[in-house]
Amino acid sequence: MKNSSLLSRIRESRLFLPLGALVLILAFDAVYAPGFFKLGIIEDPVYGNHLYGNLIDVLNDGAPLALVAIGMTLVIATGGIDLSVGAVIAISGAMGAVLINPVLGQQLQLNVEAAKNATNTPLPIIVLATLAAGTLCGLWNGLLVTKAKIQPIVATLVLMVAGRGIAQLITNGQIMTIYYTPYFWFGNGFILGLPVSIYIVLAVAILAWVLVRKTSIGLFLESVGINAKASYYTGIDEKNVKLFAYTFCGLCGAIAGLILSSYVHSADANNLGLNYELDAILAVVMGGTLLAGGRFSIFASIVGAMVIWTFTLTVYTLGVPANALLAAKAMLVMLVILLYSEFFHLFLNRLSEWRAVRPEVQKGAERGTAS
Amino acid sequence: MVDSPNLLSMNGITKSFPGVIALEDVDFSLSRGEVHSLVGENGAGKSTLIKVLTGAEHLEAGSIELEGELVQVRSPQHSQELGISTVYQEVNLCTNISVAENIVLGHEPHRFGSIDWRKMNRLASQALKRLEIDIDVSRPLGNYSLAIQQMVAIARSLEFTSAKILILDEPTSSLAVHETNLLFDVVRKLKSEGIGIIFITHFLDQVYQIADRITVLRNGKLVGTFETASLPLVELIAKMLGRSITDLDAVTKSKVEHEQKESEERVLEAKGLGRTGSLEPVDLELGVNEVLGLAGLLGSGRTEVANLLFGIDKPDSGWLALKGKTIEKFSPLESLNNGVALCPEDRKAEGIVGDLTIRENIILALQARYGWFKFLSPEKQREIAQKFIQLLGIVTPSPEQLAKNLSGGNQQKLILARWLATNPQVLILDEPTRGIDVGAKAEIQRLVLDLADEGKSCVFISSELEEVLRISDRVVVMRDHKKAAEYSGDVDDQTIIRTMAGNL
Repeated sequence: MKNSSLLSRIRESRLFLPLGALVLILAFDAVYAPGFFKLGIIEDPVYGNHLYGNLIDVLNDGAPLALVAIGMTLVIATGGIDLSVGAVIAISGAMGAVLINPVLGQQLQLNVEAAKNATNTPLPIIVLATLAAGTLCGLWNGLLVTKAKIQPIVATLVLMVAGRGIAQLITNGQIMTIYYTPYFWFGNGFILGLPVSIYIVLAVAILAWVLVRKTSIGLFLESVGINAKASYYTGIDEKNVKLFAYTFCGLCGAIAGLILSSYVHSADANNLGLNYELDAILAVVMGGTLLAGGRFSIFASIVGAMVIWTFTLTVYTLGVPANALLAAKAMLVMLVILLYSEFFHLFLNRLSEWRAVRPEVQKGAERGTAS
Repeated sequence: MVDSPNLLSMNGITKSFPGVIALEDVDFSLSRGEVHSLVGENGAGKSTLIKVLTGAEHLEAGSIELEGELVQVRSPQHSQELGISTVYQEVNLCTNISVAENIVLGHEPHRFGSIDWRKMNRLASQALKRLEIDIDVSRPLGNYSLAIQQMVAIARSLEFTSAKILILDEPTSSLAVHETNLLFDVVRKLKSEGIGIIFITHFLDQVYQIADRITVLRNGKLVGTFETASLPLVELIAKMLGRSITDLDAVTKSKVEHEQKESEERVLEAKGLGRTGSLEPVDLELGVNEVLGLAGLLGSGRTEVANLLFGIDKPDSGWLALKGKTIEKFSPLESLNNGVALCPEDRKAEGIVGDLTIRENIILALQARYGWFKFLSPEKQREIAQKFIQLLGIVTPSPEQLAKNLSGGNQQKLILARWLATNPQVLILDEPTRGIDVGAKAEIQRLVLDLADEGKSCVFISSELEEVLRISDRVVVMRDHKKAAEYSGDVDDQTIIRTMAGNL
C-alpha cells in the first residue's frame, strides 16, 4: 500500500503547485509570446554591460514582492497576517528620500545637475535608517499582537491606515523626487550582468532560511501556528516567536521600500508599495502556506511572487491594457483557489489511483492470455 | 430479536489506510429499539466502522443494508438523509448562541422574510420535551452543563431528520455520574420509540448499564457479537485485549506496589497556594519517589491545582517551592526549566500539535528549554524520538507520521514522551488515562510507578477513583475548589467517595 513513488513525492512537495503554475505560464508564453524569452546584452556606461529582457524584468520587478512575501510567510505561519507591509514600504521609502535631502519637501530643487551627487546623509546611514524604520514598524505590529493581544488583522490594519499618513508627515505631503545617483543602485544597478535586487532577494531568503531552519525558530513558528495553546503549555515562548515574525516582516518591507524608491527615483507616500500586502498574501498562499498557520516554505512563497510577476508581464506583453490587469489578476486568484481546493486534490488522488490500477489490470490481462 | 429484517446490517466491511488495515471483514447489525455497544481498544476500528457508516470514509469491500435495502452511503450529509444521526464526544455546537438557535440552525422558521423567533423557540422546546428536558431555550447554550449540551446535540440530530439510527460516540467521557444517568434516561426513551442506538464508550460499566448487545473489535477484526447478559465483564475485557483473564488480574485488579524510600526531602511544597475565583488556598507536599493522587468530582478544582503548580495560572496567595527554592515567576517555560512537567487534561487542545510529526512533537519541550539557537540536529532529533517511541511503545509506522493520525492512547504516550525527554523531576498528569483503552491505561499506570521508582515525583489526577487509589501513595481529595482531606494510600474508596461528596 505504501505509495512513495517519485510522482507522489513531487506532488507532495510544497514547490509543486507554484512551480507548476510558473511552468504553465511560461509554456503559454512560449506559444503566444515567443519574444518573452528574448535575452540580450545591453551596454550600460553606468553599471557596465548587463542582460536585458522580459525574464530579467520579472526577477527585477518581482524582487520587492518576493522580499515582502518572505516576511509575510513567517507571519502567516504563526496564524497571523500583516496588512501593513505596503505602508511600511512607503514609510521606509520616505525615510530614505528625506535623509538624502530634507529640504526637498518644502522647495523645488532647481539645480538638478548639482543634486546628482549631493546628499545630506552618508549612504550607509540612509540604508540603516531606512531598515530601522521598517523594523520598528514590524516591532510595533508584533507588540500590538503579543502584548496588547489584538487580533493580527486589526492590529496591522492600524499601521496600514496610519502608515501612509506617517509617510506623508515624513515627506511633508510631497512626492519627493530623488536625484542622488548612488541611491539608484539598489533598484537599477547590476552585478555581473544581473540586477542587484536579485542578489538582495537571494541574500534575504538565505538569511531567513538559516534563521528559521538552522535554529528552532522555524519549528516554533509552525508549532505556534498549528496549536498556540499547546505550544504555550509546552514551554515555547510563543509571544517572542510572534514578535520575531512581525519584526522580520517589517525589515523585509523596509528592504522592499529601499529597492522600490530607488527604482522609481522618488518616494510617493500614497502610492509606493500600494496593494503589496495583498499580492504578498497571494504569493504566500500560492506557496502552499495555509492562512490558518502552520507548515510553511520560504522558497515556495518566492516562487509564488515570481508567478504573480510573470503573469503580470505576460499580460502586458500580450498587449492587454494596464487597466484590465486587475481583471486578469482576478482570474489568476480564482485559478489558485481552485488548484488548492479539496476538489482538485480529490481529482489528483483519483487520477493517481487510476494510474496505479491500470498497470495491474494490464498485467492481469496478459496473464489471462498466457494461461 | 425482531422478525422483520434488521434495521441495519453491515456485512464484510473492509477498509484500509496506507500501511494499515483498519477493518477486515467486519459484520455488524442493529435492530429497532436496540442499544448496541461497540467496544474495543484504541485503534481497534470502532471509529473507522462509524466513519464508513456515516459516509466519512468509503468502504473497499462489503455492503451496508438499511431496513433490508442495499445502500451506498456517499457522504455524511447523505447518511443523515438516510436517517443516521451521530453525536460526537466533543459537542460541536456554538456555545455563544441560544439553545433554540443551536437546535434549529439551518432550518430556521421564517415569517415575513425574517426569522420567526417565537416559533423557533417553540420548536426547540418541543424537541427537548421529547427528551423530557425542560429548560429555557432562549439562553445561550454555554450557560448549561456539558450534559445538557450533549442532550441539545441529540435533540438537534433527531429533530430535522427522521432518525432511525442514533450513533453516540463517547458521549459520556466528559460527564459526571448524575449527568450520565440523565443521558441514559434519554437513551431509554429513544429506545422505546424504536430507534436503534449504537453506543461507543470506554466505560465498560456503562455498557452493562445500557446495552442490549455488545460487539467487540480488535485490531480491525471482529471478535464477536454477544448478548450483554451472557458476557461477564472480565470475559469482555479479555476479549478486547486478546489476553487471558489471569493476565489481566495482575494489571487491573491488585494494588500495584512500588518501593518508596523514606525521605524527608520535599521536592515540591506549596503553602496557602491559591487564586481568587478558581482555587482556595491549598497546602501540598510531594516527596521523592512519591505518587500523589488528586481525586475529586469534575469542577472540584483538580485541574486548577495542576495549572497553578505548572505556572499556567498565576497564584495570588501563598507560595510554591521546588527543592526548597521558592518560585518567583510563574510560566510554563519557567516550570520546564525547573524540571516540572504537565500532561494537560485536554490532550487535543493543550497537548498535541497535530500537524507536526511525531518526532517534532517529542522534541518540542526539550527544544523549548534549549531555546532558539541551540538547535537539536536532525540526527539527534531522530535518535531521541526513536528512543521514546520504543520506551513507551508508541505504535506508529514511522516517527515522521503526523501526530494527529495517532490514536488517543498513543497521543497520550506522545505527550508523556515529550516531557520525559526533558528529564523532569516532577510530573503532573491531569487525566492521563481519559478516553483510552484498558491496555494502554494499565501501561500508563505502570509507567508512572516506574518513574516514581526511578526517583521522580508524580501528581496523578483522575476521575477514576479506583485508578487513583491503585497507584497513589497519598491521596488528596478536592471539593468545591478546596482541599477537603488528605489520606495515606491504603484508604478505602468509600471514605474517599464520602469526602468527595461532602460527608453526606
